[in-house]
Amino acid sequence: MAMKPILEIRDLEHVYMKNTPLEHRALSNVNMTINKGECIAIIGHTGSGKSTLIQHFNGLMTPQKGTVIVDGEDVLNSKIDIKALRRKVGLVFQNPESQLFERLIGDDIAYGPLKMGLPIKEVRDRVEWAMEMVGLPFDEMKDRPTYALSGGQKRKVALAGVLALQPEILVLDEPTAGLDPRSKIELLDRIKKLNRKENITIIFISHNLEEVTYMADRLYVMANGTNIIDGTPSEIFSNKNILKENNIGTPETVEILYLLQDAGFSIDSRQYEVDGVANQISSILQYFQEVRANGISV
Amino acid sequence: MMIGKKPLIQVEDVSFQYLVNKDEKIPVLKNISFNIYPGEYVAIIGHNGSGKSTLSKHLNGILKPSQGEVLVNGMNTKEKRLLKRIRQEVGMVFQNPDNQLIATTVEDDVAFGLENTGVPMDEMESRIRFALDVVGMSEMSKRAPHHLSGGQKQRVAIAGIIAMMPKCLVLDEATSMLDTYGRKDILKVIRKLNDDGMAIITVTHHMSEVAEADRVIVIEGGNIVLQGTPREIFQKKAFLQNIQLDVPAASRIAELVHHNHANFNPEIIHSYEIVNEVKRLLKGGENEWR
Repeated sequence: MAMKPILEIRDLEHVYMKNTPLEHRALSNVNMTINKGECIAIIGHTGSGKSTLIQHFNGLMTPQKGTVIVDGEDVLNSKIDIKALRRKVGLVFQNPESQLFERLIGDDIAYGPLKMGLPIKEVRDRVEWAMEMVGLPFDEMKDRPTYALSGGQKRKVALAGVLALQPEILVLDEPTAGLDPRSKIELLDRIKKLNRKENITIIFISHNLEEVTYMADRLYVMANGTNIIDGTPSEIFSNKNILKENNIGTPETVEILYLLQDAGFSIDSRQYEVDGVANQISSILQYFQEVRANGISV
Repeated sequence: MMIGKKPLIQVEDVSFQYLVNKDEKIPVLKNISFNIYPGEYVAIIGHNGSGKSTLSKHLNGILKPSQGEVLVNGMNTKEKRLLKRIRQEVGMVFQNPDNQLIATTVEDDVAFGLENTGVPMDEMESRIRFALDVVGMSEMSKRAPHHLSGGQKQRVAIAGIIAMMPKCLVLDEATSMLDTYGRKDILKVIRKLNDDGMAIITVTHHMSEVAEADRVIVIEGGNIVLQGTPREIFQKKAFLQNIQLDVPAASRIAELVHHNHANFNPEIIHSYEIVNEVKRLLKGGENEWR
């Protein structure tokens, strides 16, 4: 498959409250190339610049220095259609459920498409599609009041509202924070489906490393306002030194592998899924059992 | 359990309904009863909408039961004049660190609660120093709270509670917005407070945090459906998954290894136990794990 970058970030810099005593450099020298159809995670500490960064993706913030190119178009180009840009890049903020404002679910999701001036039939089709994509049955749920939903359902409504604009890139800030384990996995599977079936490029911020390994093709690690490394989850999580140097932490399963390694066992840190870890432990036990059966002392 | 000790918090047959549109009631808690004893470490778990946050807000009178009583050291949360004393006994830390800090420096923030309790100035100072020391934030006492990381902010919020010297700390998803490191920081602080005798009640979705507790209360549909030690609770994986919860990765791994090696203890819940169990079996531990 020919990869075509849908988002390019070159030497991006952002300084808050420039030329004041409170000056704070939030981003410097950020470089990213994201291809169409990829699922990308951005991880890093609170304050590492992640949220500032993603606001540059749809023109909510414009580069003070450096370049942001979306689908071949420079966002600083004075002729750029900013509304079209924001439809192309859908941003879902943290706790988006707090931004629901219509009384009925269907109305809330229809708000964006209506504002676009789409014909009513098309609005209805899009709302139906968006609701089905996030797992809210259209006929059953469209006329339900938004306030009587659980946290997980409200988040689905908020996501559907952005999807109804049919973005090519979906950017999510901590999509599953505060959700229970099942709601979490359900939402992640929905997002995965959008990525695989609808070929929507996904970029998500997360501090949940289990979620990152489950979802992402690649991940970027941010620290002190810049992206320090990127790679596949197994490349990043099998590099103990990088993890340590940058206080990244590890998924629980990777932690178990490293504990085994510290205890002197040889492990493959790339096989860090629950099954992979269990298999490695079984092999260790098996090996020593055979050694013992052959009468060699351990 | 804990016979002879007087309960610190008594939740007695508590029901709670939200009122919508004047006469439509949404029941959230249904006839819930349990006790919290001094120095206990209890985790409350349940899926979104199960009622666990509503329940935790009853523990220091933020919400009052529609029916039933909540007693803190014998004081009923329905009595308005007792609320101040109740909240000095039971402090609460919430999910979003940004909503809990108000002052311009870390130490002022910790002082804020104390200023309203009539504690003398010199005692205030020593309590603030003590509280910041406990959470490991002494070095940052003059810093502006909004420039701290999420984990640091939550530690300051906890210090503000510690300075009040409560007997119990309630954490309502206090780590859910933190990264792995921030979460581990907070868990360390909580462990230390509990070791020093403070009762801890934590409401969380992180099963590896639940594993830290002495006792787990599982809420579903406004009822307590399960209670026990983490090890007992996590053996009921199918039940937990059925109510949208899960078990720690260590438990899932232990279960899988146990299938291949019957001697491997399937009741493991902590990461470090996995390593110890491997070592035990290799040391010739052909014995049953039981």
